[in-house]
Amino acid sequence: MKWAVRVERLTKDYVMDGETVHALRDVSFDVPEGDFLSIMGASGSGKSTLLNLLGCLDRPTAGQILLGDDDISRLDDNRLSEIRASRIGFIFQSYNLIPQLTVLENIEVPLHYQRRLDSRARRQSVELAEMVGLADRLKHRPTQLSGGQQQRVAIARSLINDPYYILADEPTGNLDSHTTEEILLLLEELNHQGKTIVMVTHEPEVGDRSNRIIRLRDGEISSDKRLREVAESL
Amino acid sequence: MLPHWLRTWQLGVKSLALHPLRSLLTVLGIFIGVASVIWLLAIGEGISQAARRQIEGLGASNVIIRSIKPSAEVSEGSQGPMPYGLTRDDFDRLTTTIPTIQRALPIRELRRRFNYSGRTVDGQLVGCTPEYAEVTQLFVKMGRFLSDADLRDRKNYCVLASGTAKQLFPFEDPVGRSIRIEEDYYRVIGVMKERAPMAGIGGSLAGRDFKDDVYIPISTLWNRIGDMIMTRRSGSFEGEIVQLSQVTLRIDKTEHVLETADLAKDILNRHHPNGDYGVTIPLELLEQAKTTRIMFILFLGLIAAVSLVVGGIGIMNIMLATVTERTREIGIRRALGAKRRDIIRQFLIETISLSIMGGLTGVLGGLTCGPISNAVRSGLEATVPDVMEQLPEVIQTVQPVIVPFSIPLAFGISVSIGVIFGLYPAIRAARMDPIEALRHE
Repeated sequence: MKWAVRVERLTKDYVMDGETVHALRDVSFDVPEGDFLSIMGASGSGKSTLLNLLGCLDRPTAGQILLGDDDISRLDDNRLSEIRASRIGFIFQSYNLIPQLTVLENIEVPLHYQRRLDSRARRQSVELAEMVGLADRLKHRPTQLSGGQQQRVAIARSLINDPYYILADEPTGNLDSHTTEEILLLLEELNHQGKTIVMVTHEPEVGDRSNRIIRLRDGEISSDKRLREVAESL
Repeated sequence: MLPHWLRTWQLGVKSLALHPLRSLLTVLGIFIGVASVIWLLAIGEGISQAARRQIEGLGASNVIIRSIKPSAEVSEGSQGPMPYGLTRDDFDRLTTTIPTIQRALPIRELRRRFNYSGRTVDGQLVGCTPEYAEVTQLFVKMGRFLSDADLRDRKNYCVLASGTAKQLFPFEDPVGRSIRIEEDYYRVIGVMKERAPMAGIGGSLAGRDFKDDVYIPISTLWNRIGDMIMTRRSGSFEGEIVQLSQVTLRIDKTEHVLETADLAKDILNRHHPNGDYGVTIPLELLEQAKTTRIMFILFLGLIAAVSLVVGGIGIMNIMLATVTERTREIGIRRALGAKRRDIIRQFLIETISLSIMGGLTGVLGGLTCGPISNAVRSGLEATVPDVMEQLPEVIQTVQPVIVPFSIPLAFGISVSIGVIFGLYPAIRAARMDPIEALRHE
């Protein structure tokens, strides 16, 4: 079995107003390639902290996060940026598109920071836009799109660098039920194509669409339940 | 596809275009700074070039000695008309003892009224020698200037300056006619071309406009008018005895000018203990003018630099606001893989774009300083001529001369200001914690 990411004895402490907050204590789990994992938990359970660590936006106090051969807890800010640009695909609750850029340009942003923008990359971005159903919106700006459409752009953007895993933070939190269904179908389809997805959500019906649910409580894993086997990649 | 750096520029310009008015105002700040550097330096250069031309007009190899009326304290107690100033003996002493003097020009000037058939002009009567025209750069328009023969024979000949000729002879050819000065008649043998007025330089050299002059041989002047001048002053007469108003010495070599001037002073001091003469050395003034010019440029440059710094503060202000406003965008970019230096580069490019735009338009604005200052001047002359006349002559006549180095200088400063004042906001943007930035509403 190959791993998209392995988390070992992850601990994260914050100092807030002179008091140490233990956001994560000794959390360990592995995400195999092709898995669709949901991380759930009440607010304050440590799921945002875990998300930030999995997104290489922060470094743990102790423990390891292994992406391929790299332990990201040991990397400096520049290397972390490179890892984010090349190995992680982000999807956010509030889409987080850059307003002055067009759909196509937004999809290409991660490649820009890898200096990998060329005509091949441009073709790839167009293909991704077509895949998420925005072929006729390439030159539009985010403000000209609906919430669902914006989230599709974000999904296309998360795929452009062919990441180890897609990290989705409440991807349907701002959407109505109809659009939520559309986005979930899209994520499921991507998973069927072999993409690894790590999703943070507090909505049980959204979590149920994944293969596996890890529940956090007070910074520790309270349950790790597998719903479906990892799909064989096509 | 565009190369990476060009895309980064394109991105910066796009972000600036999001707030056109804001960007425009920031550019305006730099524009004013750059244009004012070029303008102020051009005006400074114009003034100093005019000064230099005037000094050069005196001749770099000349030494000018003028009679000066002693102050009231010195002259008090003497009875009757008071003699002062340079004498013919001085003139002979100077020319015979100093070998480096190539030529010496004696000049005698006095105010007189010139008459011709009912018309009068008040002007300067100048007794001089034939070399006077060449040394003061006067050129003949009609007829001829005075000759050695006129001087030797003490002819009652005169040459008119352009202004005198125009006023006394508005309709006729003056050459061959005779004008009256006091009781004597002088035949007009020539008329000179117009010459730009000369401002006073130093303490001893008064300003001269060569408009209302009449030139006669100095020998004729001594003969007909003499050394004694009576001036009517508040009911009484005041007499003065002056033999020479000025002696212009032409020195054989420029290297000898300063020594010769010292020597001339030594000789004159023996006979003029009360200091009733003054020496002007154009060469020395020229040296001074060079120093003054540098001071001038530094001073004006400093003022202009202040306005550039103000422009820079404007940039910084805007960029700080922009960085705060775009915190979210910074967070997104960091999450998607932008390094700190990518963020610094992005914001620096925006400030540099602003300052380059300001710099380019400022240079264009600076280049227009000649035509615009002329237009403003003629506009003012047309609308408020009284006010214009009151202004110093420098303001009325100065022609800005664009200093070539001021263009790259101003442009360079504007770009460096973009970098300097853009760096702090850019670093601040790069230092943001991506997690915090993403959460920013």
